[in-house]
Amino acid sequence: MNTLTRETRESDRRQAEQFITPAASVTEIADGYTLEIEMPAVKKDGLEISVENNELAIIGLRSLPAVEGTPIHRESRPENFRRVFEIDPSIDADKISAKIDQGLVTLTLPKAEHVKPRKITVS
Amino acid sequence: MNLIRYQAPDPAPWLALDRWSDLRDELNSFLDMPFWSGFGRTGQLFIGWSPALDLYESGDHFVAVVELPGMRKDVIDISLHDGTLTISGERKREKSNDGETAQRTERYVGTFRRSIALPTRVDPSKVSATYQDGILEVTLPKAEEAKPKQIQVS
Repeated sequence: MNTLTRETRESDRRQAEQFITPAASVTEIADGYTLEIEMPAVKKDGLEISVENNELAIIGLRSLPAVEGTPIHRESRPENFRRVFEIDPSIDADKISAKIDQGLVTLTLPKAEHVKPRKITVS
Repeated sequence: MNLIRYQAPDPAPWLALDRWSDLRDELNSFLDMPFWSGFGRTGQLFIGWSPALDLYESGDHFVAVVELPGMRKDVIDISLHDGTLTISGERKREKSNDGETAQRTERYVGTFRRSIALPTRVDPSKVSATYQDGILEVTLPKAEEAKPKQIQVS
């Protein structure tokens, strides 16, 4: 019943050098799930979201600000982001929607109509 | 039945470094405060989370770049004290409605505070900042006396 978006790791490993795994949070709401992924320096057009073979892949290509000067202290990593989830069959893949605001990607994954709870009237 | 496998995000190589700089900041602030005031009052020891910070230097200014995804501009606080730049704020935990269950929580919520000592003096009146795509960029022009000067040989 509580199955959700499981993660696929194998495909992640293959491309581990080019991508970093961003932090993500998943919340189950009444009629679906909300997925939040932190992708600082990613703009709307740098975001690639795809669903293939029940795999939801979110790639964030970063447009890092061009800063004048020499770096004297560095903690950030310049790599692009990639995160892959296996979507639960209860999710209606055609109705997944996404938005990005200040480097935070929010995906809404609604449950398919047939899995939503419904009352059956006894006739 | 819960089928979510736990998977930690990639360990960031800067994390260890970051902890050291945190520790250094904490030691600095500890040494700065009068001993008898104690930590209880300020409560700033090991507080919250710490975003990644890069610092750039050019001839007449510094630029601090901080990764702060998903914040509101008005909750970010930038201060300059004794040549130390401090960026702090709070990411509020979103009000959870009934029937909402957190399945995975990797994003940090709560307060954050990040300080860095600047190598030279800056002019506090000329500090400016922008926040775009979750990246905070603080420009700190150097104070006149700290700018490189060319001396003409007469």
